[in-house]
This record gives sequence, structure tokens and C-alpha cells, in this order.
Amino acid sequence: MNSERHNCQLELRGAGGEEKNTTLIHFTSACTAASLCPPLSLLLCFRTTTTTKIKKKKMSQQTVNGVPSRGKVLTLDNMNPNVKRVEYAVRGPIVQRAVQIEKELKEGVKKPFSEVIKANIGDAHAMGQKPITFLRQVLALCSYPELLEDNKFPEDAKKRAKRILQACGGHSIGAYSASQGIECVRQDVARYIEKRDGGISSNPDNIYLSTGASDAIVTMLKLLVCGEGRDRTGVMISIPQYPLYSAALADLGAVQVSYYLDEDKCWSLDVAELRRSLNAARQHCNPRVLCIINPGNPTGQVQSRQCIEDVIRFAKEEHLFLMADEVYQDNVYAEGCKFHSFKKVLFEMGPEYSSTVEMASFHSTSKCYMGECGFRGGYMEIINMDPEVKAQLTKLVSVRLCPPVPGQALLDLVVNPPQPDEPSYTTFMKERTVVLADLAEKARLTEQIFNKVPGITCNPVQGAMYTFPRITLSQKAIDKAKEEGQVPDMFYCMKLLEEEGICLVPGSGFGQREGTFHFRMTILPPTEKLKVVLHKISEFHLRFTQEFS
Amino acid sequence: MSATRMQLLSPRNVLLLSQGRNELFAGCSGARVCSLTSHPLSSSPGRALSSLSATRRGLPKEKMSENGVSSRAKVLTIDTMNPTVKKVEYAVRGPIVQRAVELERELSEGIKKPFAEVIKANIGDAHAMGQQPITFFRQVLALCSYPELLNDSTFPEDAKSRARRILQSCGGNSMGSYSASQGIDSVRQDVARYIERRDGGVPCDPDNIYLTTGASDGIVTMLKLLVCGEGATRTGVMISIPQYPLYSAALAELGAVQINYYLNEEKCWSMDISELQRALDEARRHCNPRALCIINPGNPTGQVQSRQCIEDVIRFAAKERLFLMADEVYQDNVYADGCQFHSFKKVLFEMGPEYSNTVELVSFHSTSKCYMGECGFRGGYMEIINMDNEVKAQLTKLVSVRLCPPVPGQALMDLVVNPPQPGEPSYENFIKERTATLSALAEKAKLTEQVLNTVQGISCNPVQGAMYSFPRITISAKAVKEATDKGQQPDMFYCMKMLEETGICLVPGSGFGQKDGTYHFRMTILPPTDKLKILLNKVKEFHQKFTQQYT
Repeated sequence: MNSERHNCQLELRGAGGEEKNTTLIHFTSACTAASLCPPLSLLLCFRTTTTTKIKKKKMSQQTVNGVPSRGKVLTLDNMNPNVKRVEYAVRGPIVQRAVQIEKELKEGVKKPFSEVIKANIGDAHAMGQKPITFLRQVLALCSYPELLEDNKFPEDAKKRAKRILQACGGHSIGAYSASQGIECVRQDVARYIEKRDGGISSNPDNIYLSTGASDAIVTMLKLLVCGEGRDRTGVMISIPQYPLYSAALADLGAVQVSYYLDEDKCWSLDVAELRRSLNAARQHCNPRVLCIINPGNPTGQVQSRQCIEDVIRFAKEEHLFLMADEVYQDNVYAEGCKFHSFKKVLFEMGPEYSSTVEMASFHSTSKCYMGECGFRGGYMEIINMDPEVKAQLTKLVSVRLCPPVPGQALLDLVVNPPQPDEPSYTTFMKERTVVLADLAEKARLTEQIFNKVPGITCNPVQGAMYTFPRITLSQKAIDKAKEEGQVPDMFYCMKLLEEEGICLVPGSGFGQREGTFHFRMTILPPTEKLKVVLHKISEFHLRFTQEFS
Repeated sequence: MSATRMQLLSPRNVLLLSQGRNELFAGCSGARVCSLTSHPLSSSPGRALSSLSATRRGLPKEKMSENGVSSRAKVLTIDTMNPTVKKVEYAVRGPIVQRAVELERELSEGIKKPFAEVIKANIGDAHAMGQQPITFFRQVLALCSYPELLNDSTFPEDAKSRARRILQSCGGNSMGSYSASQGIDSVRQDVARYIERRDGGVPCDPDNIYLTTGASDGIVTMLKLLVCGEGATRTGVMISIPQYPLYSAALAELGAVQINYYLNEEKCWSMDISELQRALDEARRHCNPRALCIINPGNPTGQVQSRQCIEDVIRFAAKERLFLMADEVYQDNVYADGCQFHSFKKVLFEMGPEYSNTVELVSFHSTSKCYMGECGFRGGYMEIINMDNEVKAQLTKLVSVRLCPPVPGQALMDLVVNPPQPGEPSYENFIKERTATLSALAEKAKLTEQVLNTVQGISCNPVQGAMYSFPRITISAKAVKEATDKGQQPDMFYCMKMLEETGICLVPGSGFGQKDGTYHFRMTILPPTDKLKILLNKVKEFHQKFTQQYT
């Protein structure tokens, strides 16, 4: 009886373990997961019933280390199996170790470094970027409206605050908003999109404010998932990808369909690869969605207008719902690169496309020049969505009542910043420009320094906030990693953390072609600090290469 | 082979299967809860079938014709979307609220109505009803938002020191940075100390505190962890009827089985162990009941559980091996004489190690209710007790995917659990504001009960706590028939009519669940006293008119 329970555990671990392997296996794991899932879950429930009964009978007889113990109601064996499959490397084991080391440093434990630098996440303020004054003034005014009497605050900040407060129930940001978001904020978002897209109209009814972009992405994926077995919804995501996608798909029990970005062509997207991946996936699931991150995370590429057009044509031809993650839309640094929104390109392709292709586009207050991650502000615009489905979406978001109102207020300021004739305009523009110019410089600096190191090759960081360089790891290092039960790039990053106090995320957390290794590093640290980080990594890499040659 | 697969796995069959489950369930639970069966029926099998041929496996289908116009089906349609999402219902923001918003728009466009404004008494939204924010909280939030104000001498020193402490625990001293996924360390420490104080010294470990995006987020996350199995081994979750519809909505979405236990309206909505046992025994025939949810003080029913009752519930959970979920977001909202809030945690630990070392419990709190009413900030926390360590690691991983709860909400939570202390400059004013809000609520709770009970055909239990009244209304057979003819639930018909005629927006009892053949509505007691009086009188007049019209 007990061994039956063991079997079940083993099989589960088996399924999870496969997913931990890299790249191509990531893709095959989708097939295995899809084909394994139904029988596995059947097996699971069968075993769960038996174990429940057994547990009830043998409750007091079970022992752990000689102490009689009663099994918990909720254990690893009988919890939601989808949740177990979720992985999120950006805050995974390496970050947990980084937090531990920070604690050790504080307790006076001696380390070869004096501070931990968390370059694992795009967290601008944590890296010392200063908030935009105007945004914070308005937020302070909204939080404590008595300050509206204070003549220290500029008139345009007061005006914005009054407008936001008037749109809040009881003139307080403490009231719930409409579930879709405050109406006037949605209007401002629509106007912002129209301006950005050269006049293409945007309907505030198609704007849903969200708790960061993550929330909206998960909500859209949730709507799209249905079917079982070979009819289960498949979702195409890039490899490398931002692991929110793989995590959400695991959680929802959808099938991950991986398409590879071309590292040799600066991480560009190729329609032939999309087609290959789609056709392969059609053998075992029902692919219905194509997700694009532009500018790319973790890969930093900026898609050309032509490429976007090709993707839209592909989506139409193959009957796919498009999800465009455009949270880095202001973060474009490379000369000759420009951000093109999917919406704009879609509408420029004419009514054949603009009145049929279903799309959702996502934006956030967390990135760009604002970097206001903590406020969890964001929105999505939906295009060509079936009205019945839209009603379901509205119902679904209403269960969570509303996105955080301070985040909604902040988003309003992002889409409706100070205008040239307003008192805060000059300061606002100065602050904004400084942040973006700094980022552009750091993007160049990172690429330059890494490409000087033998064994590191780095594509230009055209946009977004990260570099995703490829690292060469010797067979000896790979063997050593295996010995320690780690994927090679995790072994590399863990060693870097222990020796230099620098926290990166291994490429395996994002997916990569089999046999290649990478890490993601944010370019956000202040320039002087970034230089130190880059040099420390370079030195570490040389040392590591020597040690395992 | 592909035809076989089609038969086995077509959306139609999935649909029929899920209907089957609901029917089975409705049969077992004794009384019907309408929120469960309505949606799947709305899409006919025929329709599902036609869309199946159109969209199956993503093959392009150009030439479908609809009213003679050639059109291509959407990728995402009502027939091809997530079927569990379709089953979700959330009455608190349902059709009646949508109509209320429409009416507001019509009024603002100058359309004549028999009322001058819409009063939204459908939701516990204190600030929207005119309650003023607590000054101290908002001062600290302004300081955290714009730290330049720390140099401003108009802010009291205790507000500044709180703001500095919060900012120091934020990355880069900014609320704009992500926090740890579980929440800011120092806030979790303050929450733990608050719980220890509240529970007379029962220890609380900050590692067991998870900050959340409102309590709703914590509740859904916990339910998600608990759901597994298929068919007869699918996780069942016991919830009270009437319930707060977040629970039924989350269970529908997760595809878990809702197990109803009924509160006793005749005994002031109290909870009875024999009813729990009945519900559990029946449910065991078709699912695997693993969790028991309690809302105390009650929403929508306003009862406050006695210590004895909580003890009985804990004993029941221990005996029947159920994971306890205690929704305690109204813990400061207790008004009735002789009633007192007892936390499940405190009672659990007072029952001795036999219980306190074994019973798995999670308790939820929020910044949205009590005297704060700061709903918009989406602040909250949960405390987990006796959770398996491996499961806890999974929980931590799961919450990390969403990065972190909103930091302003975390800051606010910190102030709620660590308010001004005697001797600090803001103390007096804070206590004054807090007391004024809570005593006004107590008065409004009494007033509501009194006025509604003067109306023939309305009977109303005392509002012992929380923020709502859930009176029972008598609806005549004639009115029931008219509602049925219109395809509406009788209490929806009633509430919709009241909205159109008086501008008052309530939520029909059917949105929360109620015993078959009884009708209720939920109304918040939050409007300012004078407005509440007017509102209650309008409800009274409407009810009399309605009764007359349908006799």
C-alpha cells in the first residue's frame, strides 16, 4: 500500500524533472506533458483515493523519525499538480540564496564581497533610479488631498490629482474602482495609444487596467484555455521567453509550444521557425495563441516593422490569437531601431487584417523610464474580441474587484504626462531623458565589455533592460554541474553568486537551444556600479574557464 | 481515429459532462443554488457543435456564412473559451450593478428618472459612501510617495518615522521597487506582532505571513493549492450558504466542487455542526471534501460566531481532516452587545497542542474593511498555521510568479497593524477618527435592523458585525410567477425593479445562495446615517408598493 503512494510520487517527480532540463527538452516536455497528463491525473486520483482511505485508517500509526505523526490534509502529494509544475526562475533558488547571503553578511559572516548585487530582475528603483518627481507629487496629493492647499506643489500636479480624485468614489483612492479600471484613466490610455499609433483610433471600452502586466497576461491566457488531451489549447511562446508565460501555462494546464529566436541574427523572429513549431505542435495539441515580447525579454531585440507584419500575416493565416507584450515600448536604444506597436502595424495592413485578427496588447508602469514596479499598474487593449467573450472577461475581472487604485493613478500620469505649456514639463522631460539616455549608454557598455571576454558573446541590447549573453562552458564544468545535480548555467551562476556576490538568472530559466548556455543580467545598475559588475563577471568567467579547463 | 477523438473530447461533451456534474451536485446538496447551473445551459449543444467544426484544431475555415454574409469565426468565441470561466458568477458586481452604472450615465445625460441619484448599496465600499480616510494613514502614504515631504514641518513626527521605516525596507528606499514576493520583511514582522497582541500572546512567526493583493488574492491562492483529483476524488470545499460569492466564483474557475452548508437564519445565521456533518457526509459520495471555509464576522449575514461555536468547528475540522480557511476581514466590525471577535487562531491554540499542532489553518485579513475601508489599495495578508513545509515552499514559489503585492497596499497594511501608540503625536486624533467610524457603524447596524423590521414582509436579523444587512423578504406567488415569466430569479426581479424605481442598487440574495423558496437582498449599512435613513425609508416604501402591486 505504502509503495503505491511512492510510485505516484516518483511519477510526478519524473514529469517535473523533465521540465527542468533545457531547451529542446522544454519543447518535448510539452508533448510529454500533454500526452502524459490525462493518464497521469487519472492515476493520481485513483492513488489519492486509496491513500486517503489508508491515511484515515492508519492515521496514528504513521511515524516520522520515530515520532507518531498524523498526515497533513495538504501535502506535496495531494496538492494541485499544476502548481507543482510552475517554475519561475527570476525569483527562483538563486535569488533565495542571494537573500540568504545578504542575511549572512548582515550577521557579520565573512564573504569575498561586501554586498550582494541583485542583477536578476528589472527593478529600476532598487538599482538606484530616482522616481519621476511629477509622478510622485501627484501620488502624494492623491494620497493626502489636504496637500492640495500646499503652495509647494506645481499647479499641473494639483490639476491631475484633482481630476483623478474626482473620478474616484467619494473622491478617495481608497474606494474600489470599476473592475475594468477608472473610466477617465481608460480614456487617457486610449488617447495615449491613438497618439502613439499616429491617430489609429482606440476605444476606452477595449482598455482593461490591470495589476501590472502579469495579471492581464494570465487573465487572457486563462480565457483561452480549453479542451483536453490533443484538443488542449496550445500557446506559442518564444524561447528564450520571460518565464511568467511558462509558469502561467503550467498553472493553467495549457500546452507550451516553443518557437526559437535566432541568436545568430540578433535574436530575431523567423516565420519559418514559427511554422515549424506550429506544425509540430498540431500533432499533439490545439495551438490557438501566439505570444510575442517586443522589445524582447530576456533577449533585448527590437522587432522590425517587416517582421511584425509577417507575424500578423502568419497569425491570420493560421488562425491564432495574438498576444503582444509591449511593456518595454519606450526602451529602445540601438540606432536604426524603433518601436512599432502591433496595433499600429495591424491597422496599417488594412481592414482585411485590422477587422479580423484578434489581439491583446499589454503595457505596464514597471518598465520604460518610470520603473515603478511596486505600484503594480498596467493595462491591456483588446482588439477584435468577440463581444460575448468580452462580457466574460469583464465578469472574470470583476471577481477580483479592481486593480490597485494607486497603480491606476500612476498609469494615468504615464499616459498623460506634463505638456509643453505646463510648469512641470521641463523637469519631467529632463528626468525622463536622463533615465533613457543612461540606459542607452549602459546597453552599449554592457555589450562592449562582454564581447571582449573570450567565451562570452553578447548580442547588442537593442532595447528592454537586459543582456542575455551566451557563455561557453567546458565539458569539465558541465560534468561537475551534473555531479552536483545542477544544470550547467545554474552551477555557473551559483558559483558567481558565492564568489562575487552578483545575482544573475541562468539561461535555463528562460529556455535556450540545447547545448547552449546563457545568463540574464539587467543593465539597470548605475553606470559606475555596472562597470564594476561587468568587470567582476569578466574576471569570474576567466577564472571559471581556467578552473574547469 | 480522429473521429473517435472528436467524440470523446469535443467541447460539447465536455460541456455535457460538466452539466452532469452540476446536476449531480445539485441533487446531492438538498437545496438548489442557482448560481451553479445557469451558465452552461446558455450555450446550446447545437451551437457548440457548429463552432466545433469551424474552429477545431485551428484549421482555416473561410466560407462559413452567417445571415448570408461570409465570415470567418473568431479564434476565441464563447464556445471555445475556457468553460470554467463561463461558470464563474459574481453577483456583487453582476447585471444589477451594470444597470446601475447605465442609469447613472442616463441621469448625467439629463434623462428623467423617478430619482435624482443612484445609491450603490451593493458593495462594502466605505470611502465611496463618504467615509473619510484615517488622517495618519494618508499622511504616511503621502510621505512614502514623495519623500521630499519628510522635510515638511507640517507632518507629525510619528508619521515621518513610520514612513522612514517603510522606505528603509524598500529597495532603493522607494515604494516603486518590487518587494519580496511574500511581502516586505518589516511589514510581515509588524503583522506578526499585531496578531500576537490580538491573540493574547499566542506566538506568531513572520515566516508564516504572506502579504496579498486584498484578501481575495490570498483566498484564491489557497484554494488553488488545495484543488486536485478528478471525478469523485475532485477536491470539495465547504462554504456557507449564504456566502460571499468570491468563494463560489473561485471554485467554479478552479473546477473544484462547492459543498454548501446552510447557516440557520432562525438562530441569527448561526452555524450548526450537525448541518456541517450533513453537508460533508452527502458530499463524500461524489467528491473529496478537504477544506472548510468560514467567514466571521459573516458576509453577507453579519453574524458574529461565539467562542464555543469556533471550538466546535475546529474540533469538527480535526475529526474530519479538513483544512480550515478563516476569512476574518471584518474582525474590527463587531457591534452587538455581548458579541466579541474571537480569532480562529487564538481559539485553536487555547484548545491545546492536540489541536494547535495538527489542525491546518489559514486566516485572512485586509485593509479594505474594519474602520479603514481602504479598498482601493488592495492590501491584505494571510497567516498559515501547520502547513506542510514542502507545500509552503510551493506556495512561496507560486506567489513569486506575480512578483509582489502592490507596495502602497503593503505600506498601508503596516500602518493598520502598527498604528499610533499612546504618547505619539498622532495617537489622539487617530483614536478619535477610528472610534467615530466604528460607533457610527454600530448605530447604523441597529438602525437598519430596526427600520427594516417595521416593514411587513421584511424580517431582518440583528447586524452583529461586518457591514451588511441580509433581510428576508416575502415575495408573493404572483410576483414569483411574473419573475419566472421574465426568466429572472424572483429576488433579482425585485431588486431590478427597486433600482429602476428608486435608484437604490442592492444585490439579490440568490447571488449569495439561500434556502430554496426564501428570498433576501444584501444591503451595506455604510451610507452616512442621514442618507441611510432615507434609503431605508425608500426600501420600505418600495416593498409596500411592490407587495400591493403583486397581491
